[in-house]
Amino acid sequence: MKPAPFKYIAATSLEHALALKAEHGDDAKFLAGGQSLIPAMNFRLARPAVLIDINGIGDLAGLRPQEGTVRIGALTRYRALQRDDTFGKLFPLIGEALPHIAHPQIRNRGTVGGNLSHADPASELPAIALALEARFRVRSAKQERLIAAADFFTGALTTDLQPDEMLVEIELPAPKPRSGSCFMEIARRRGDFAIAGVAAMVAMDTQDKCAEIRLTLCGVGETPVDASAAADGLIGQAPSEQAIRDAAASLQGMIEPAGNVHATTEYQRHVAGVLTERALRTAAQRVHDGY
Amino acid sequence: MDTDLHEITLSVNGASYTRRVESRMLLSDFLRHELGLAGTHVGCEHGVCGACTVLLDGEPVRSCLMLAVQAKGHAISTIEGLASKDGTYHPLQQAMHDHHGLQCGYCTPGILMTMTAFLDENASPSEDEVREALSGNLCRCTGYQNIVDAVMTAAMRMRG
Repeated sequence: MKPAPFKYIAATSLEHALALKAEHGDDAKFLAGGQSLIPAMNFRLARPAVLIDINGIGDLAGLRPQEGTVRIGALTRYRALQRDDTFGKLFPLIGEALPHIAHPQIRNRGTVGGNLSHADPASELPAIALALEARFRVRSAKQERLIAAADFFTGALTTDLQPDEMLVEIELPAPKPRSGSCFMEIARRRGDFAIAGVAAMVAMDTQDKCAEIRLTLCGVGETPVDASAAADGLIGQAPSEQAIRDAAASLQGMIEPAGNVHATTEYQRHVAGVLTERALRTAAQRVHDGY
Repeated sequence: MDTDLHEITLSVNGASYTRRVESRMLLSDFLRHELGLAGTHVGCEHGVCGACTVLLDGEPVRSCLMLAVQAKGHAISTIEGLASKDGTYHPLQQAMHDHHGLQCGYCTPGILMTMTAFLDENASPSEDEVREALSGNLCRCTGYQNIVDAVMTAAMRMRG
């Protein structure tokens, strides 16, 4: 047997799952897609005493479009998002990132809520949630609260989730009018962790001047990085080549990637700058051309 | 800790099985050790290599990243169920044979399960799409070209 022994409980409802988590706290883990948790258990890096399987809770999966927002159930699998053309067009950042998230077999199982709760800083979705200013609906047996993406990711593999809480839903605000966005990453092979990845969103006013820019990165810090301030110089300006290059240079000064066996700190910084230029340019073009 | 046992009933290649399993038993080990279906290979056992790919309700998944107890009530398809009952190969098995897509053969069951499901969804793939779909299956004989050729040939033959 690869994993250490544990007690397995298939939760029959969200209330059941939350009651179990309240009872067992940090000794218990929720099992969603299992594409990060089971490998960690196979290595015995994770040894939860209790595994609460939430896969049978149908209410937790699916997209719920509402006025002004789209709500994604935490148990929604990547593959379900990929198959939804409308969703991919509405949120091109996510549509473009999905093919970079691991491999087809993983995307058939992996879930949005599991990904965000795992909070791997090299993962695409945390950076995109930050770019889109998503809000995370979190529940315990006692209460419900909404956490802004900016407050959710507190460290590498660490979130603001308390031991009795579950991320149950992600709220994405509808894209701003006159906006375009773009996600790009470079990895050694398709599906590998990114050397650097950039999510860019550009919103323009009626004079085609930049009104708001969101710029976030994955793979270059302990958490997803919000580097939107690097593009402050573009606000109120047309997105000229020089202004985009200046924003990329400013971004390079804001990040401090750790470097690893495949890419030095300097190389990661270089890649982040190049991707920022390209993603900003593409996002600005898409304001007019559409996705 | 007492051994945590669960009774599960599931379908594998159309046959129903009921077994008592420990909760920590992986689906890959269940197929191989409990059911004796050793055609599902295990390579890395942490979701990287793709050798253990099976179909869960028709969709390719890593059987090393699922617990057997999670397969309760579901339909699993493995390499053992791919050929027809009379022994006729699936068109992709035949094409892999024709193109020498097997070298050592270790990664082959996972590739066949992944790519037959892919061809069911995409009858006319481009070579790039085939390579993308194959990206989650490692072949350490480095024989991808022949595998890609086999998938392209199988797609053509299946379109008729």
